[in-house]
Amino acid sequence: MKTDISGLNKLFENRVRLGIMSILIVNASCDFNDLKDSLGVTDGNLASHLKALEENKVIKVNKQFIGRKPNTSYSITENGNILFRNHINALENLIKPQ
Amino acid sequence: METKTDYSDDIKSIKRIMEESSRFLSLSGLSGIFAGILAFLGGFAAHFLILQNQDMTVVKYEVASVALIILILALAGSFYFSIREARRKGQKIWTPVSKRLLLSLFIPLISGGFFILILFIENQWQLIVPAMLIFYGLSLVNAGKFTYSEIFYLGLAELITGFLAAVFKESFILFWILGFGFLHIIYGLIMYRKYQG
Repeated sequence: MKTDISGLNKLFENRVRLGIMSILIVNASCDFNDLKDSLGVTDGNLASHLKALEENKVIKVNKQFIGRKPNTSYSITENGNILFRNHINALENLIKPQ
Repeated sequence: METKTDYSDDIKSIKRIMEESSRFLSLSGLSGIFAGILAFLGGFAAHFLILQNQDMTVVKYEVASVALIILILALAGSFYFSIREARRKGQKIWTPVSKRLLLSLFIPLISGGFFILILFIENQWQLIVPAMLIFYGLSLVNAGKFTYSEIFYLGLAELITGFLAAVFKESFILFWILGFGFLHIIYGLIMYRKYQG
């Protein structure tokens, strides 16, 4: 995983991705529409960021049927949890007065 | 290259999103004040009904009706003030968190309702008010995980009042007014000053 010298993770350097990770770190899982509503982004935009996070194995996708409707929900992986916490710590260190 | 203010904006938005997606923050202090005033009125109404009428078989139903009306009005008030507060803050009322909040509130509350119904049928008056306070306290402690932490502490205070009410059974109206009236008003004033004032 790419991190720069300050410990920031390149994967999370985007507002939408930060938003997705912030929601998933405090919720066991969250479905696509709830993520979309909470973050106020378009379907396409959200889907592309989810895909990038999924490919890097920081989140995982759970597809299931609720009644007859397909439902896609997302949850954070153990690795994702560690990486995102490190990213938050790195941000906090950067804004500390020197 | 991002600057220091960008980083601090990132941190702020992470914290805000974590908070908003795990806690329901549209509770209004006005709900507490409204419920508290209703409980005071209900307590006085029950007091005079019992003083006036010696026939317990009739008073039983009158006092239960008063309590039920107060409960319905207080719940309606808390929904109304929450919806208003959500609008004011531009937040949504029906979210995964608010669903979890309602579920964790209503499971102990409805269990308490059934238990009290049994006490009522079995004529176990003296335990009705303590049971109301204890089950209500447990509901709030449980729901406190999904909203402001003040709800958790209100729940603890209701629990303690409930156990005291179980010890001093004769003063059930006093404990009803204390638990549902006084505590709600104090809680409502604290919440209103802290989050809406």
